[in-house]
Amino acid sequence: MNVRVLRLGLGMIAPFLALLISFGIISLILIAAGDPVGAVWDQILQWPERRNLSNIIDKTTIFYLSGIAVAIGFRMNLFNIGVEGQFLVAALVAAVVGGEAWVSGYLNTALAIIAGMVAGALYAGIAGVLRAYRGVSEVISTIMLNSVAVGLTAFLLRQFKGPQPEGSFIVTTKQLPESSWIPNISIGEGAATEIYGFIYIAVFVGLAYWFLINKTRFGFDLRATGQSMTAAVASGINTKRMIVTAMLLSGGFAGLVGLPYIFGEYHSYGSTFPAGLGFTGIAVALIGRNHPIGVALGAFLFAFLDEQTNALQIVAGVSPEIVKIMQGVILLTVVIAYEVVRRFGVRIEQQMVSRELERARAESTPPPADEKEAAR
Amino acid sequence: MTSTEAPAAPEAPPGDVAVRLRGIGKRFPGVIANDDVNIDVRRGTIHAIVGENGAGKSTLMKILYGVQPPDSGTIEINGTELKLSSPSDAIKAGVGMVFQHFMLADNLTVLENVVLGAEGMHGIGAAARDRIKELSDTYGLDIKPDRLVEELGVGARQRVEILKVLYRGARIVILDEPTAVLVPQEVDELFDNLRELKNEGLSVIFISHKLDEVLSVADEITVIRRGTTVKTVLPKDVTSRQLAELMVGSELPSPSTEASTVTTTVLLSVKDLALPSVDGRPLLEDISFDIHRGEVLGIAGVEGNGQAELVESIMGMRPEATGTVALADIDISTISTQQRRESGIGYIPEDRHRHGLLLDAPLWENRVLGHQTREPQAKYGLIFRGPARKDTQRIIEQYDVRTPGPNVLARALSGGNQQKFIVGREMSGDPILLIAAHPTRGVDVGAQGAIWQHIKNARREGLGVLLISADLDELIGLSDRIEVILRGRLVGTFDPTKVTPEQLGSAMTGAGDEA
Repeated sequence: MNVRVLRLGLGMIAPFLALLISFGIISLILIAAGDPVGAVWDQILQWPERRNLSNIIDKTTIFYLSGIAVAIGFRMNLFNIGVEGQFLVAALVAAVVGGEAWVSGYLNTALAIIAGMVAGALYAGIAGVLRAYRGVSEVISTIMLNSVAVGLTAFLLRQFKGPQPEGSFIVTTKQLPESSWIPNISIGEGAATEIYGFIYIAVFVGLAYWFLINKTRFGFDLRATGQSMTAAVASGINTKRMIVTAMLLSGGFAGLVGLPYIFGEYHSYGSTFPAGLGFTGIAVALIGRNHPIGVALGAFLFAFLDEQTNALQIVAGVSPEIVKIMQGVILLTVVIAYEVVRRFGVRIEQQMVSRELERARAESTPPPADEKEAAR
Repeated sequence: MTSTEAPAAPEAPPGDVAVRLRGIGKRFPGVIANDDVNIDVRRGTIHAIVGENGAGKSTLMKILYGVQPPDSGTIEINGTELKLSSPSDAIKAGVGMVFQHFMLADNLTVLENVVLGAEGMHGIGAAARDRIKELSDTYGLDIKPDRLVEELGVGARQRVEILKVLYRGARIVILDEPTAVLVPQEVDELFDNLRELKNEGLSVIFISHKLDEVLSVADEITVIRRGTTVKTVLPKDVTSRQLAELMVGSELPSPSTEASTVTTTVLLSVKDLALPSVDGRPLLEDISFDIHRGEVLGIAGVEGNGQAELVESIMGMRPEATGTVALADIDISTISTQQRRESGIGYIPEDRHRHGLLLDAPLWENRVLGHQTREPQAKYGLIFRGPARKDTQRIIEQYDVRTPGPNVLARALSGGNQQKFIVGREMSGDPILLIAAHPTRGVDVGAQGAIWQHIKNARREGLGVLLISADLDELIGLSDRIEVILRGRLVGTFDPTKVTPEQLGSAMTGAGDEA
């Protein structure tokens, strides 16, 4: 059997198997809690309405960007937990730059997006430099930088706050001029069934990520460093520079995470800006195995569950917080399944190799031939 | 085994036997690590197990210590057959192991290190301290329980490790290559300690591949070759030559070189190379040598005397190194590892798993590793799979790498095939200098012969070769010139056609006169 086909097959089977198992576990949890199992699954697994579908797609877009940002780090064995902080800082910067509207129209959009990415990159770069040149674990530094980001954005929001509507307690930055909004795409009737135009950028990000990681020398160096720092050094890769570059890149993509809201919905950064998206990205990247399509599926799965469980309270009398348990269980089973399948795959491959060895040994006995040559 | 007439040791009576292994077998995918191993270790003796690197000694000891279960065979300890499924089972049965790499916490005292994990035996206070003193006195270990481990030298640390296993009640002590890290005087002290253990009725299993040591300290010697026990002999019946033949087998290809191809063109010129270390004594000092086209320069030395640092300095992996390194008259001392590789250095690293391969990547990606800037597999900053796969296939065929194809993960290959692949990779891209650090370590005999042949071919094609090896026969057989390295300095030059392993050995330990 071809090794590549084998690996692909195993890679596909694992998540579906894991999903089935996790559904079983969740059912058991529901039964133990005395909740109506059937009604819950009915609600979750029904085909979503248009309105819900557009929400699912929007969330998928956002989770996907977050997942890709985390995945870049993972590919190099860097655990960028700081996507959360990076996207907050980036969203604020993008909103401020966009709101100032130094240039007009889509030029302003582009400028704001780039400003956001640069902000995210620099913010992540702090952790990268600390890791590369001071040996500070990026896990620790990015967690701390997350806390800093929450305070920093709250502080900066006050400095850059725009005009506040009468009687509103919500502080926001200046509104983006309408000419710089990214228009939404309609998938049905009315405003509730529109999706963010930012989805195009997300798709482009996915393609860019795939190309960068799989086709370029930079991507090769990144993966090599992630797999074995020592082998990377011996092969001539400047691993310190790779660490910083990878963090910059991860932070740059993280900078995109909050932008669909800014260009497609709120048109400003405010004190009610959604949080927690960076952490979802970690789960999504793990489920998607850092693969551009896998991460998309993982993002869709999480978005789907988020949306479909909203109505659980009304329909089945079950707290929608069950979604967190579901997502957690799915994450665990998927990760375990991947590892089990990986080991299984390695074993099969080793067996194939040893069969090859034995076949070769049976066909000829090369050592004596080698010897004669060597002795000469 | 024609010239080996050493008589086998007589079979021990059953009551006398501390450890009896019968028919032990262990297979890893692609490798037979142990096959039909039979050993009797008598009570109150030092039993040496010798064999080449990769002969299966370590696997066997892991089986005896319960780290890995055997696939077949039985283990008897003091006459009872046991199934050891974890090291704690082995400790319960009175088997203790001192690993080659110490497992001590530097910032704790000897007492704390010893009781760690064995708090239930004598507590962690005065009783434990008394017991440690008692053990230290009984066996002449000379250990003070309240010293910090970080203050101790290598020999003392090893004694702490031995004390740790004795403290846990071991009556059978396994030492895995204990002398590899010691200087000669420490080796003598260690042997005195081992004799003390023996006199107190303990059994010692001593793993080594240094034959002189084995002959001086062991009561019985079992030779392992290619995973199986060849013979058990008494030291008085054998010479070290016979033992070596038992170890490597007479079918071993000889590495002897053909007619000299050394030219007068200097290829690699190293001048005043030094490598400072953070804690005082420099790792390398005053290293100067030339390698000519078509010349193999061998570096002999006891492991840990600066060989690895020398190679890494030449490769540019040690930015703190000083002095000059010139390749074909171009100074390369300030350029990066990658640029050095591009200027024509092929590098077979000492530890292929850590430095040579991406184990979980397919072979074709490993083909690209270290060559990610060079055609045909890379151009314009892009990596091309097609050409990389094709060239991997070429290496597989030319270098006889046994694998179903270039898409197999490197991890799936046996050690010898991994190494042949690395040699093939490093020889592509037309290098002018090949650095080979322990190129045949842990590979099977077939692959060893093939790798030797590749090194000879490289030499014939006019490459310069820097060969680092712990195998003196390999060094003598392949090199045109041998430099001995001791404590980070080159201490002597030898002509391999005239030198004996014994002379090299004494130069390596600093015992002999410099040539």
